[in-house]
Amino acid sequence: MIIGHTVREAGHAIKALALGLALLAAPGAALAAPAAAAAPTAAASSAPANDNAKAAAPAAPANLAVAATPTAPAIDPNNPHFKVAPGGYTPLPAVQGVGMPIPGALNVQDQYSPIGHRAKAMHDWLIWVMVGITAFVLALLLIVIVKFNKRANPVPSKTAHNTLLEVIWTGVPILILVAIAVPSVGLLRAQFKPAPKDALTIKAVGNQWYWTYEYPDNGKIEVISNMLKEPGETQPGEKPRTDTDGPQHLAVDNRMVVPVGEDIRLQTTGADVIHAFAVPSLWFKLDAVPGRLNEKVLRVEKPGVYFGQCSELCGVKHGYMPIVVEALPRDKFNAWVIAQGGTIDGAPAAPAAAAPAPAPTTAAPAAAKPAA
Amino acid sequence: MATTADTFQAHAEEHGHHDHKPGFFARWFMSTNHKDIGTLYLVFAIFAGIIGGAISGLMRLELAHPGIQYLGSIASFLGEKNPSFDTQLHLWNVLITAHGLIMVFFMVMPALIGGFGNWFVPLMIGAPDMAFPRMNNISFWMTVAGFCSLMISAFVPGDATGNGAGIGWTAYAPLSTYGAVGPATDFAIFSLHLAGAASIMGAINFITTIFNMRAPGMTLHKMPLFVWSVLVTAFLLLLALPVLAAAITMLITDRNFGTTFFDYKGGGDPVLFQHLFWFFGHPEVYIMILPGFGIVSQIISTFSKKPVFGYLGMAYAMVAIGVVGFVVWAHHMYTTGMSLDTKMYFTLATMVIAVPTGIKIFSWIATMWGGSIEFKSPMVWALGFIFLFTVGGVTGVYLANGGIDDVVQDTYFVVAHFHYVLSLGAVTSLFAGFYYWFPKMSGKMHSEFLAHLHFWVFFVGVNVIFFPQHFLGWQGMPRRYPDYAPAFEHWNTVSSYGYVIMASSMAIFFINVFWSLAAGKPAPANYWGEGATTLEWTLSSPPPFHQFETLPIIEDAPHH
Repeated sequence: MIIGHTVREAGHAIKALALGLALLAAPGAALAAPAAAAAPTAAASSAPANDNAKAAAPAAPANLAVAATPTAPAIDPNNPHFKVAPGGYTPLPAVQGVGMPIPGALNVQDQYSPIGHRAKAMHDWLIWVMVGITAFVLALLLIVIVKFNKRANPVPSKTAHNTLLEVIWTGVPILILVAIAVPSVGLLRAQFKPAPKDALTIKAVGNQWYWTYEYPDNGKIEVISNMLKEPGETQPGEKPRTDTDGPQHLAVDNRMVVPVGEDIRLQTTGADVIHAFAVPSLWFKLDAVPGRLNEKVLRVEKPGVYFGQCSELCGVKHGYMPIVVEALPRDKFNAWVIAQGGTIDGAPAAPAAAAPAPAPTTAAPAAAKPAA
Repeated sequence: MATTADTFQAHAEEHGHHDHKPGFFARWFMSTNHKDIGTLYLVFAIFAGIIGGAISGLMRLELAHPGIQYLGSIASFLGEKNPSFDTQLHLWNVLITAHGLIMVFFMVMPALIGGFGNWFVPLMIGAPDMAFPRMNNISFWMTVAGFCSLMISAFVPGDATGNGAGIGWTAYAPLSTYGAVGPATDFAIFSLHLAGAASIMGAINFITTIFNMRAPGMTLHKMPLFVWSVLVTAFLLLLALPVLAAAITMLITDRNFGTTFFDYKGGGDPVLFQHLFWFFGHPEVYIMILPGFGIVSQIISTFSKKPVFGYLGMAYAMVAIGVVGFVVWAHHMYTTGMSLDTKMYFTLATMVIAVPTGIKIFSWIATMWGGSIEFKSPMVWALGFIFLFTVGGVTGVYLANGGIDDVVQDTYFVVAHFHYVLSLGAVTSLFAGFYYWFPKMSGKMHSEFLAHLHFWVFFVGVNVIFFPQHFLGWQGMPRRYPDYAPAFEHWNTVSSYGYVIMASSMAIFFINVFWSLAAGKPAPANYWGEGATTLEWTLSSPPPFHQFETLPIIEDAPHH
């Protein structure tokens, strides 16, 4: 199994290497390739978000949600995908040290996504490759300094060639690089696995200088997400940050809420200039480029709150537009959706909030959603 | 005709008697002498380095603790009246932009290529001067003009919030087009036009000189490795800078003349700018480090008293780095939304660069192996270079992995990586070259004690600044942030202390320079002894105003 897997990855590595050689041979092709590659990402649905981003009123503030649990959309109550947790939505409190940077830490943040685990495993042994190579060079330098200084070795040798040695120090690094390249290509392929067709789509739009999150599958919910100010810095009417919201500089008023354990099709675009949507504890970073719709799968393994920050220079307040992903179990996510006045993805088209009568259960979408 | 010949005759006789030098103004402002222009470049680079270094000091000061503490005072100092919070944040972006542009275009490049290249390429190949002395002069003054344009940009409106161009040294569209409407950005972009044109002319000059003006017997495969490194660098400049010029010209027209090359609303593409920028920007990295490779090769060979190990491998490793350096640019753009195949290709192509780089590191060590090493100050700096560059190199291999890069792209890990390569690599090689050649250029010996002290304090300082930034990046701290979450404070504070150590090492450097210029012992022609075999050591220190009036003849003894 493992060997077969490795061989397959190696095959892809060779394919990419061949592509590399082709590019080396034909500079024209080199220019063409990225352009061709860019095409699919700038896909058809690149409707610029900036038209409606600012126009939309702020989504229902989260703290109102508790009171406003209206009649749930009536769908197959046995399908866990449509279960709505009772009690509405209460924001998860941030847990100290989880999904956020830790003071004085020496490594990457703990990971909470399958890609994160895979990448971190590779990252962990790459560190040892780096340490090993550096230590090897340092050791050689120390040997040279001790053994071949003027006092220890007054008469210099005149050796200036050693073909075998030169072949070795060309060949061994190539082997090390191949050993890195094979899992690296495997990791890339895993990251590029497209989301299943019925995956929930969320669109993160970078604005100067806040994020908006659109939920096209959930009745066009739009969340406007601004950094929370510290107590004492707020204007009248603004809610100051508390520790349950998250750490200073990272907490936001309205979070990007996602269902846990499901592949989510996360799309990013920029409303004005380029931003980048980044969450270190989910090993996720994708630029939000105006006029493009970038897309990548996000899957969060554990319920929790995960903090990130805009990662492409976007102007004056680049440092003040944090990102908070709150992952909730499906039923609680559904409760959040309803609290926002949205519909559960895959639910019948009838607007849930407006439907007074129990909707026909027969319309329950049998084919719509294999709960992830 | 006759008069011309007579004048020439008279001129030639004059040379025989004494070292004819023009008056002060003509010598320094209308110079066509490669050594004087080299000196001008070095003085200019030191001046620009002081400004760029001071800016990084302001940045480390602000970043020492969370919150915005100093930007307001700096903004007031620069003439903003009662700067608003946004104006202070804008100033931050101006500072990071200026620091990057100054250090790349007006410090490292002028020092390595304009300074040491001008001084020592003609000396090492046995040429009387550069091929195009007047073009050499205009290259220098256009660089100065570019620097002035960049300085002006700091004092004219950048956008609604304040003066200066806050677009980052990468000037990504659309932040640099409709994201920064004031004239400051135009001045900053134009400064790159000027510096770029200057570098293109410099590159033409070096290529012509090296191909046509080598002394008899100085074949390409006998050239000192420093000359090889400048030759490869010149080709990189010649091929990469026009692409930058095109890209930033399109920026200018997008900004001012209604074109939409980088604006999707008119069918353009913001990512196209990044492709063009990095098609220049990645070779630029090698432009900054290759001359350093050359300097380090000369120094290691000199103080080991051995010829360079694997000379041909060393020369062609630089050529290979130069060639491969042109086909890896998009590894700066892994998160822009590239396709899988593109990302795989750039991952693998980038890793390939580690092979010639490894050849260089191991060849330097093999050069020292079996040698009789004298730890004079340039050698200590060169040893420091090898170690620091290795650290920057291995983190480069780490970053090459497109899948891994997702977590560190645009974080302090990248900042740490490229400062290990440039601030610690290129700058360390600059100081190595400076102490190696300073007595040759000035005729005065520097203090070896202060040069060693400078090294150790600098070495500790830069490592304290930049090593913790790896941890900050891994924890997710994005770059170009004036303020951060409290969790990032610990390593930021350490890093800022490192700056103080590094800055004090620079004080030692300046004391050493001024002391030796004022009271240094006269330097003999070859003050490094038997290991120094290249042609510049056959000349007096400083060399005569015009050297090699009779061309030296290179015999078969290896001169590298």
